[in-house]
Amino acid sequence: MAKIWTRQAVLRALDDAMTDDPTVILMGEDVAAAGGPFKVTEGLLAKHGAERVIDTPISEMAFMGAAVGAAVCGLKPVVEIMFIEFLGVALDQLTTQAATMRYLSRGRLTTPLVVRASAGAGQGFGCQHSQMLDHWVRGTPGLKLVVTSNARTTYGLLRSAIEDPDPVVVLEPRILYSEREEYEFDPSYRIPLGKAEIVVQGSDATLVTCGAMTRVALEAAANSDAKIEVVDLLTIWPWDRKAVLESVERTGRLVTLEEATASAGWGADVVATVATEAFGKLKAPPHRITLPDAPVPYNGGLEARYLPSPAYVTEQVAALVSTNKSPAPWWRSAA
Amino acid sequence: MTISNSNSPLARREALKNRRDQLQRMVEIRGVENRIQKLFAEGHVRGSTHLANGQEAVSVGIARTIDPDDVVTCTYRGHGHALALGVTAAGVIGEICGRTIGCAGGLGGSMHLVEPSIGLLPTAAIIGAGLPIACGAAMAARARKNGRVAVAIFGDGSANIGAFHEALNFAAINKLPVVFVCENNLYGEYTRIQLSTPVEDIALRAGSYNMPGVIVDGQDVDKVAEAMAEAVQRARRGEGPSLVEMKTYRYSGHSRSDPATYRPAGELDTWLKRDPINIFADRLIAENVLSPGGLEQIQSETSEAIEQVVAEVLDSPPPDVREIFAHVSGDSPGGDQRWNFWAR
Repeated sequence: MAKIWTRQAVLRALDDAMTDDPTVILMGEDVAAAGGPFKVTEGLLAKHGAERVIDTPISEMAFMGAAVGAAVCGLKPVVEIMFIEFLGVALDQLTTQAATMRYLSRGRLTTPLVVRASAGAGQGFGCQHSQMLDHWVRGTPGLKLVVTSNARTTYGLLRSAIEDPDPVVVLEPRILYSEREEYEFDPSYRIPLGKAEIVVQGSDATLVTCGAMTRVALEAAANSDAKIEVVDLLTIWPWDRKAVLESVERTGRLVTLEEATASAGWGADVVATVATEAFGKLKAPPHRITLPDAPVPYNGGLEARYLPSPAYVTEQVAALVSTNKSPAPWWRSAA
Repeated sequence: MTISNSNSPLARREALKNRRDQLQRMVEIRGVENRIQKLFAEGHVRGSTHLANGQEAVSVGIARTIDPDDVVTCTYRGHGHALALGVTAAGVIGEICGRTIGCAGGLGGSMHLVEPSIGLLPTAAIIGAGLPIACGAAMAARARKNGRVAVAIFGDGSANIGAFHEALNFAAINKLPVVFVCENNLYGEYTRIQLSTPVEDIALRAGSYNMPGVIVDGQDVDKVAEAMAEAVQRARRGEGPSLVEMKTYRYSGHSRSDPATYRPAGELDTWLKRDPINIFADRLIAENVLSPGGLEQIQSETSEAIEQVVAEVLDSPPPDVREIFAHVSGDSPGGDQRWNFWAR
């Protein structure tokens, strides 16, 4: 089996989707002639032509809105937002326009639009280029939100997102682009939207995570005495309640691992759901491992501290399992 | 040489009254940008960094014209502007290396330089973000009744984002004392301007907002200063905003990872023949402000001074982990450090 870079999986998914469906088009800043700032669209202009692989001005509102219109009227646009922060100036077109198109037309119009964006911290891009910002769109009725976690999930989720009849936001943790894993491309491979995956089975605690934190969770689980069940949510809106509830019913403990600030993280919704629906099965309070409520620091040492490390996750889960009490986050003592 | 961190940003700004110091500052900007490139290769810089070598005349021409109390917003291609406005080389290089000596204490990085004492708001990493903010800074300046103005510096790439058009319109209808400075270096990220923009001159767009639109040779620091002076005076007189387009060129690619292979052959060489430092040095020699060979002397002194600053930066500690939580909001640690715009 070949080792595949995650960025190759993006490229392959886009290429295969364009080959299979002539209505799929790509739009974004420097996606065509330059092959993409992260090289995830390299060669697509030559192969699929300038009508379908389109460089845009730095005008996110314009090309996001154009993608909405094109999607409603018969194309399947895949839009690239270079860094998720750049969505800010185009948010109306996505969360207010695209998301309500089906509802307002009473089902007569749909918006098969995919918005891909690189996201997340760990590479020293500073506080305006390092956020996940899933909370900007999570919970918006009419939208779906997925987060990729390696080459395989990138391919499977992107293909499903492009085939979905409704708008889907795909967050691609930027730090994973240059990660490799053994993976054999299969053009028919899809990951159904809305379904989580149990990546590792365990009986002591359910560790729910997604994105770049999935590999952190896997490393933490591998180095833990506690038997940790790792659930990769994959779709974080709407998320797979059934899979999480069933897992927690088996393990009796819930931990979320989120690359999100404590007060905005998706885990709050997971914890609320589990606390409400599986209260009697819990041996310990549900526990969240998150970022502190602070911007992403630039300095390398600080950014490494800011992000949950595998050792920190191992330690937090061990404390929860051994005491059945929620351990304090690291910043309680540092701040 | 007047480059060490012991000089306050304000003193560095005042020094720009002297023409030789203006040239020295341009040389310093060039030297710092080149050194940052090297620091990246040496592993001292994280993320990305956006250099502005070739655009030094724009930075110094603006800085020598406006008052330290005038407020400036600027994009992530802002190292040169920060240095010109007065941020010390240690403040800039230190920030880019993530050290406490940096102008944001190492928390911001290459794209986020700041110094309120000389009017520089944090440089923004989002295209167009600074233009509406400059409008508000101009409203506050008007409220302070001290004749101050706001200057928004942005690239040609920003001229296609909604914020550009909204801000120009907003400034015009409110007759705000703001000067919009477009550094047209021909490229927005990896794309040449004619592929993204239907007009060659961004200044044309001023017409839609009923304000003066001026085209300036951005490689000539005196022409930059002259055009800025006119726009700033107009703003100070209460006659409203202007759009000033500086025709310039960035010698490097968009960012660290961009070798700029999309540029047509020979284009860089053409621009190098009109290098802003050489143009100004020749003029100063003609004016007898500089002796022949004076540029080389400034260059060697400056490069030595920059090496000293680099040593000082690499000696400076990284920020303490507690800094993550400082100044997030008013009740965060760090105390009240607010700059008082009403004080001057």
